[in-house]
Amino acid sequence: MTIFMLNAAGTVSFWTATKTLAEGWLENCTLFALTLVFALPLGLIITFGSMSKFKPLSYLTRTFVWIIRGTPLMLQLMVVFYVPGLLFETPFKNRMLAALIAFVINYAAYFSEIYRGGIESIPKGQYEACQVLGMTKSQTFFKVILMQVVKRVVPPMGNEIITLVKDTSLARIIAVAEILMTAEIYTAKGIIWPLFYTAVYFLAFCGILTLLFGFIEKKLDYYKG
Amino acid sequence: MAILEVRKLYKSFGSNNVLKGIDFDLEEGKVLSIIGSSGSGKTTLLRCITSLETADKGSITVNGKMVFDDENHHKLTKEEIRKNRLSVGLVFQDFHLFPQYTVLKNVTLACELQAKKDPQWKQNKKQILADIEENAKTILAKVGLSEKLNAYPCELSGGQKQRVSIARALAMNPSILFFDEPTSALDPELTGEILKVIRDLAAAKMTMVIVTHEMAFARDVSDHVIFMDGGVIVEEGDPEQVINNPQQERTKHFLSRFQEK
Repeated sequence: MTIFMLNAAGTVSFWTATKTLAEGWLENCTLFALTLVFALPLGLIITFGSMSKFKPLSYLTRTFVWIIRGTPLMLQLMVVFYVPGLLFETPFKNRMLAALIAFVINYAAYFSEIYRGGIESIPKGQYEACQVLGMTKSQTFFKVILMQVVKRVVPPMGNEIITLVKDTSLARIIAVAEILMTAEIYTAKGIIWPLFYTAVYFLAFCGILTLLFGFIEKKLDYYKG
Repeated sequence: MAILEVRKLYKSFGSNNVLKGIDFDLEEGKVLSIIGSSGSGKTTLLRCITSLETADKGSITVNGKMVFDDENHHKLTKEEIRKNRLSVGLVFQDFHLFPQYTVLKNVTLACELQAKKDPQWKQNKKQILADIEENAKTILAKVGLSEKLNAYPCELSGGQKQRVSIARALAMNPSILFFDEPTSALDPELTGEILKVIRDLAAAKMTMVIVTHEMAFARDVSDHVIFMDGGVIVEEGDPEQVINNPQQERTKHFLSRFQEK
């Protein structure tokens, strides 16, 4: 982190603050991107677990989802970060890794429920039409069902992914040097405006995501159903 | 030899006995209509023959090949059941078209996936795909949809959708085509176009089994009519005879209710 954040007059220039906050923001972006990379596929695996016809697996998965969705992400962060140290005396060295693990588990659970909703909303008739046309199960899923699921989950996924952008700031609780934590360094010195200025980063990023999801929805709008 | 033989077919869902011993034969090139009130087991019968449901007892033979038989069914692999399905086509009441694909792709998709298993696929890919597309276009022309090849299902009327779904089933070249109330989801003024397509198919000697509530149509198009009630065949025979001159009380009752409508 930039050491000389304050000038001689004990104030900070707009440019310096922008650069310093950008360093923190990079942490948010890393956490955001890596969470998506791991949680998007993991969510699908959890979906298959909770939709499994093998009851014990489905109950187990649903209990897991209930626990993850039923407790605060902030608490999960603390559990992931502190519990290994308390139980096995092997504390996390890498705070970012701890944050990533908590985020991936948390978001995979939410994504899995969105996927499940999407898959279950596809009418049974689509499967039956594939069956009588002699398609295999995997052909049915990948050639017919999946595209329809994607279309249906884009709006709720957009919602969840935008929430993730802002949630990345919760990593501050285990001292990941993300943007809010960076801004608090100024706050501690009595300069409050950089803290409010962080909102611009979030707004800009979420604005871009909103446009992106709008674009994807439009791309998929060539058919209905 | 009959192309379809159904013997002593039983099916129940829990304590609800839907089929209680169905027996019938169908000769190649003939049209069979199945009539009867809702809940009489017509649709379940169709679903058992097309392997969407597994019957409890009895046997079904299509084209001399055993599709279902209570003693040996558990021996069939999923792949064998899937292959057996290819000999029958089913047109659903609610079409069930694939919304994300064009009309043409709806018709070609299953054929293309099937062709990938062809040993010739790798060498002849282009030719095979071209043949499939040509065949699909010919069939779509027959059902009057040459203008709509690149339309999506959401852009079609109900009647057009049902014609696509008929074309999709025909493209797989089934031995028998089954219709599950093909006009019930349509506005009355659109039923005519579907009935015309089925008439044309009958004229071309396509073997068909039609579950329908269109009594006049059933009488005109079919060679044989079955009236089902309570999971059994109550009366069957010549369409003129069953529909215009029923012998059984239950058939009379059903048909008289129909005329009141």
